[in-house]
Amino acid sequence: MSEKILDIKEERLSFFTPAGEVKALNGVSFTMNQGDVLGVVGESGSGKSVTAYSVMGLTAYPGKLVGGKVWFNGHEIENMKEKDFRKIRGNEVSIIFQDPMTSLNPVYTIGNQIVEVIRLHTDKNKADAWARAKELLELVGINEPEKRLKQYPHELSGGMRQRVMIAIALACEPKLLIADEPTTALDVTIQAQILELMQDLRKKLGMSIIMITHDLGVVASMCEKIAVMYAGHIVEYGTTDEIFYQPGHEYTKGLINSIPKLNTAEHERLVPIEGTPVDLLNPPAGCPFAPRCKNCMKICLSKMPPRTELSDTHYTYCWLQQKAAFEKGEKAE
Amino acid sequence: MSEHKTLVEVQHLQQYFPAGGVGKNRKYVQAVDDVSFAIRKGETLGLVGESGCGKTTTGRTLLRLYEPTGGKIYYDGNLLFDKDNKIAVDMLPYRRRMQIVFQDPYASLDPRMTIGDIVGEGIDIHHLAENEKDRHDKIIALLERVGLNSEHANRYCHEFSGGQRQRVGIARALAVNPEFIVCDEPVSALDVSIQAQVVNMFEDLQQEMGLTYLFIAHDLSVVKHISNRIGVMYLGKMVELADSYELITHSIHPYTRSLISAIPVADPITARQSKRIVLQGDVPSPLNPPSGCRFRTRCPYADEQCANEVPEFKEVSTGHWAACHHLDRVK
Repeated sequence: MSEKILDIKEERLSFFTPAGEVKALNGVSFTMNQGDVLGVVGESGSGKSVTAYSVMGLTAYPGKLVGGKVWFNGHEIENMKEKDFRKIRGNEVSIIFQDPMTSLNPVYTIGNQIVEVIRLHTDKNKADAWARAKELLELVGINEPEKRLKQYPHELSGGMRQRVMIAIALACEPKLLIADEPTTALDVTIQAQILELMQDLRKKLGMSIIMITHDLGVVASMCEKIAVMYAGHIVEYGTTDEIFYQPGHEYTKGLINSIPKLNTAEHERLVPIEGTPVDLLNPPAGCPFAPRCKNCMKICLSKMPPRTELSDTHYTYCWLQQKAAFEKGEKAE
Repeated sequence: MSEHKTLVEVQHLQQYFPAGGVGKNRKYVQAVDDVSFAIRKGETLGLVGESGCGKTTTGRTLLRLYEPTGGKIYYDGNLLFDKDNKIAVDMLPYRRRMQIVFQDPYASLDPRMTIGDIVGEGIDIHHLAENEKDRHDKIIALLERVGLNSEHANRYCHEFSGGQRQRVGIARALAVNPEFIVCDEPVSALDVSIQAQVVNMFEDLQQEMGLTYLFIAHDLSVVKHISNRIGVMYLGKMVELADSYELITHSIHPYTRSLISAIPVADPITARQSKRIVLQGDVPSPLNPPSGCRFRTRCPYADEQCANEVPEFKEVSTGHWAACHHLDRVK
């Protein structure tokens, strides 16, 4: 068993907006070991980015951690101040954002932006830092690194810029890399290049990755474990095979059924999840998915379902699974 | 599709946008170059490709939202545009028959108009309502048809979610009772679960109203799902066109093949077994496209012939078109 790197217990986080308290996370728990690749999937507003950002302390005002514990690599995040976060950001945990077009500074060269990170976090001198920057660009597969270091972001294509973002994120060899929809803004053929690169780098450097995405295709090929989020809850957690082939939660099943299949000859009608995502200002009392669930029962509307263990690595929060487990237990007796 | 009547046809469509420079040095973005295809009545033709490949421009030029710089456009047997003979007919009567649903449901609805007025605008322009009450009834019927309520008519679009806004965009297109709709990435901005709702609605509407679609998207799985035939574009050129299942399973153009293999499959076992053909490099600039075959800079099969000659877009087998010099070598 490898070393534990991240342990989140019952994390609750809210944004206090003029319209009221938006409960972005409602009791999120999971752990990650060194070298794990975890996929976090869910729709917009399900809390997948917020979960990852909170590890870096990036959920500033009006966001506030209102409960639970976040343990990362020896730090208790819930007690940390801005000053302490600066020490771990970039060094121990770093992030790749969704949009490479807007996350690089347009008025500094690529080289300046990479060197800034290196000089801030290590005691390398200028020359060494530039050498390291060149090395990093080579690592992420950018050709003619010398020339690129002197170029500005607008001179590079989207795929190249995302490679630069990855180079910056890896500058100090973090233990945990958060990739927030790293390929959503890119075309499929470029997406394939970036995914390939991330897989290679993970093998080389052995870091853990949290891959946030709404694309089930991306997690299927990249991740070993998947957390499915809905309305600030992890509704299901398991290995990739368990999530795809034995989904336990109605929402996961709905998600899998609603993607069109590429390799079928006959025309199958898509099975959409009816209704619209929940309003986090007024979340429903029971299971958050109940209003959209086809197999919703009475209890689902009033009480949040408890955790049901489907295997050692697979659990879900659904009354239907709870019921099935109970009936199975009765039979065994 | 028992009757194979052609509804829309474009021949050698060309759309260049001026991009700086003066006189001889004038530069052009070659957004669409020599694209020909026909859409049959009642079918859905899908158009896929990466960003900047000219698929949206093709859709808009087809409706003459941009004035084409070359080629011919036919609609239902009538010539709408012919650059060589300087024919450009008045589009107003055709606007009622050809409509468009735009990609971005946030930018394509006027924030200062109520939903009712947005949907009703087409009815007013084409004088389709006899009186105020008839207009109101028509708007309500349309909103209900796309899954919204009658009380939504008096609201503004900021009060709606992305999926609901896209429904408003669809209701607006349907308001004039068209025959043909260009769907320009109508589901790209939506979440997966909402995407499936909207795709199903497009299919239902097609069945009920006998609509013909040109469905533009970059997501090949969605296009495959909804289309009868698919055209693949690369850098302003059509590179392959075939029946949708045929295109997915027996694609012959190297670009289509790599595009298909690059799609992440939502099935872990298949994903582990399949090999991606990862294309090197980026799409070249349409300001200065490569000579000959435009795909040659990234193509594993490229040779000298590809640099010198533009491959002809020809019918390889019945209904399967492709433009490549080395179809026999591509495996």
